[in-house]
Amino acid sequence: MANLKTKEITTNPIGASVTRNDVYEKVTGSAVYADDIQFGGKLLHARAVRSPYPHALIKRIDTSKAEALPGVKAVVTGKDFPNRIGLYLQDKTIFATDRVRFIGDPVAAVAAVSDEIAIKAAALVEVEYEELEGVYDAEFGASDKAPLIHPKLGDYIYPNFIFPKPGTNISNHFKIRKGDVNAAWPKCEHIVERTFRVPHIQHVPIETHIAIAQMDEKGKVTLWASSQSPFAQRNLIAHALHISQSDLRVIAPLVGGGFGSKAGVTMEAIPVALATKCKGWPVKMILTREEEFFTNFVRQGLTAHVKIGCDKAGNLLALKNTMYWDGGASTEYGVNVTRAGGYSSSGPYDIPNIENDSICVYTNHPIGGAYRGFGMSEMHTGLDQAIDELAEKAGIDKVTFLKKNGVVGGDILATGMTMHENGLLQCIDNVAKSLDFSKKEKPTSPDRLRGKGIAVMWKAPAMPPNAGSSAWVELAEDGNVTVGLGGQEIGQGTFTVMAQMAAAALGVPYEKVRIAGPVDTQYSPYEWQTVASRLTWSMGNAVRMAAADARKQILEMVAEAWKEKIEDLDIVNGIVVSYKSEQETPLENIVIYGMPKKNDEGWMGGPVIGRGSFMPKYVTGLDAETGQGPRAVVHYTVGCEGLDIEVEKSTGKIHVLKAAAAFDVGKAINPELVKGQIEGGFVQGLSSAMFEEIKLKKGVMTNPSFVDYRIATAPDINFPLETPYVEVPQDDGPWGARGVGEHPMVPTIAALGNAIYDATGIRLEGPPFSAEKIYLAMLDAGIVK
Amino acid sequence: MNYSTITLTVNDLVETVDVPQNMTLLQMIREKLSLTGTKNGCSAGECGACTVLMNGEPVNSCMVLAAECDGAEIVTVEGLAKGGKLTQLQDAIIKSGGVQCGFCTPGMLISATALLKRNAHPTDVEIREAIVGNLCRCTGYVRIVDAIKQTAK
Repeated sequence: MANLKTKEITTNPIGASVTRNDVYEKVTGSAVYADDIQFGGKLLHARAVRSPYPHALIKRIDTSKAEALPGVKAVVTGKDFPNRIGLYLQDKTIFATDRVRFIGDPVAAVAAVSDEIAIKAAALVEVEYEELEGVYDAEFGASDKAPLIHPKLGDYIYPNFIFPKPGTNISNHFKIRKGDVNAAWPKCEHIVERTFRVPHIQHVPIETHIAIAQMDEKGKVTLWASSQSPFAQRNLIAHALHISQSDLRVIAPLVGGGFGSKAGVTMEAIPVALATKCKGWPVKMILTREEEFFTNFVRQGLTAHVKIGCDKAGNLLALKNTMYWDGGASTEYGVNVTRAGGYSSSGPYDIPNIENDSICVYTNHPIGGAYRGFGMSEMHTGLDQAIDELAEKAGIDKVTFLKKNGVVGGDILATGMTMHENGLLQCIDNVAKSLDFSKKEKPTSPDRLRGKGIAVMWKAPAMPPNAGSSAWVELAEDGNVTVGLGGQEIGQGTFTVMAQMAAAALGVPYEKVRIAGPVDTQYSPYEWQTVASRLTWSMGNAVRMAAADARKQILEMVAEAWKEKIEDLDIVNGIVVSYKSEQETPLENIVIYGMPKKNDEGWMGGPVIGRGSFMPKYVTGLDAETGQGPRAVVHYTVGCEGLDIEVEKSTGKIHVLKAAAAFDVGKAINPELVKGQIEGGFVQGLSSAMFEEIKLKKGVMTNPSFVDYRIATAPDINFPLETPYVEVPQDDGPWGARGVGEHPMVPTIAALGNAIYDATGIRLEGPPFSAEKIYLAMLDAGIVK
Repeated sequence: MNYSTITLTVNDLVETVDVPQNMTLLQMIREKLSLTGTKNGCSAGECGACTVLMNGEPVNSCMVLAAECDGAEIVTVEGLAKGGKLTQLQDAIIKSGGVQCGFCTPGMLISATALLKRNAHPTDVEIREAIVGNLCRCTGYVRIVDAIKQTAK
């Protein structure tokens, strides 16, 4: 990662909007993504054989014709890879073995000398199926009438915070029982009860999934993958193949968009399985855009029944939130999505009585996985529209209602955890001010209705309690610094932010710091995964510690050489200075060769290498029946979004006039990167709110292309978007920072839904809020004729 | 498979290439010429990641057959900067923060370069329309549009 050729020197990198350290390569076409790596003439091309049925038994697989096709080097099926894997619940095999559970489920794969031959060979694999009744609705799937999709659920391995119900399709049932909701309803002056539905959507990274695998003659595997999780992939794939983690090396170049889809293990295991059958040959697999839409992770659908009440003064008293998650054919990752949706199900509100059931259900739909802020957009879509309606019923303006009930430091949360200091109320104020929220404004044309909507959010990093980070810091002869880390640059700018932190902790300008990339599990230090908006906070702590460790080693050496105390020394702009003796020495050379003792009596120091390791140790378990425990999560990032919109009466089309998004980031290490994350996340949220839905009919996705699955394009974003973020420091964050990568897309659906309601009086059951749906609802309501 | 031998100019260099008749311009650029800056996002002309200039006009290179490019003049993202000096637009997109994952960036730069060549002072609407075929999932387009605007000033 070369820095931009520049003479700029950033001496105080924390809080400075320095130029990204990966951007020169990205604008010149020299940045290396997985498909850009050259493998030479031996490269094989892989294709998967996929199930055409949503639910069926596999009666017979015959690969002989495919194997006989000239140019085919390997054909694999599930019989060679029976080990179950999964990030949380181990319910998945690399290939379907005895039954297929969704359309697109891989049953076999082929590797051939050309993609054309691979396509032909895949078509020659004969699979005989016996169709089974399917499950296409989560609530039905949870009932005892539904056919079982995983009859062996009771045999699967899972961690102690997941609660499957063997003998049903429920793979996790998370509960919260706080206070007594039944006793609280009679005390409520106003109650809103509604059902909301959030459809499946797709992440749509512009780079589809890609992985290349090669096994050497000794059985050691190298995997190059567009990946958010090189270390998790090493662990899980090694487990599936029965090989040592140390014999699987994952190299992860730049990622062309992830948003959660490239976390955990999905298609990456397929080329690895093929590579084991043709040692020495690199095997490349790239998902087609159509495959990307439904054969890999999607965001699962949600049906939520929300009942919420407040007293006469508008204080929230009780919430009952029952959620049925359409987890799809495997919920190995999805069980934790539903757990997060459960423990955060109150939203950032102070509510004394809560009953939540967050139920993860197997269906014969595409597999639900991590998607940017998982569980939270879906959960907030219902909750924050119900809150909006409740405020109106109580006759209290929405900003006042949100601030009256918004969570503050010291509040006891739904899980019993005590909330930390946070800037939610300030975020609400900032958004309200930006949109002049209380001012009712006239539409710009008689054919339009105008309205404003606001919604808040929260989200904690959703991960195992002990997800760890590590880092090292080395220096070269010229005093330049290299940071080793295992978190991935997926566009969010983490390599830049880590360089800023290392520079600040060591005492060198930002421009002198390089990141050791690409991440390579053979050389890079361990990182759990690039997910959960956890890197700035968790990996940042590790990098800061590694840089501080290197600094300590340097200062100890210099103190000994100069016979001074460490407290009198400092490193400023890459120069060690003494405030006492006013001596100084640059870092050049001494960080490798050490320093000579006086009178040629020998040497001190040696090559400097700093190390850092961070893992949260304070997260506790939660009771299986009540969801109560001292500390459910590491922390919450909170925020608020609002929109000022118009709806065309003659078409139902939405025009956004202005939007605002404010999040409490703790400390903006790089303010322009923070704003860029908020803008991009808001637009992704708006796109999901206005356009996006995986249309499923009996398990078939009917719109797997960009023509039929529309995402936001540049002309859609023709309005000012303000991002007045807030900084209330995180106690254990580096310089007070906490994550903000996922949060900006979380409240957008609810905020837009509330704006549509304000403009038209219409409350749709769920997104996408398409012009067609809005127009028909206005027609039904007699708003238009 | 029948092959054609074509001669074309790519980033100011004359190249003679043997191409199978079903090979796309995108495949030829990436596989035959090893210019991997141009990206493939959909193979169907829908995402714009593979946009290159063909005789001065932006095209989705995944939708053009290489065999049809005999005599054509092609510019890819690698051909924008000359002698290590970035174009004003490349500088502007860096300064504005219009790059995140970077996968749409090559196609985006080519479409915007073509716009600025045919219209030195585009309106906001013209800018957004010029990149309507270039999907970006990271930035929300805000800073990309800013960069094009700043370059047009």
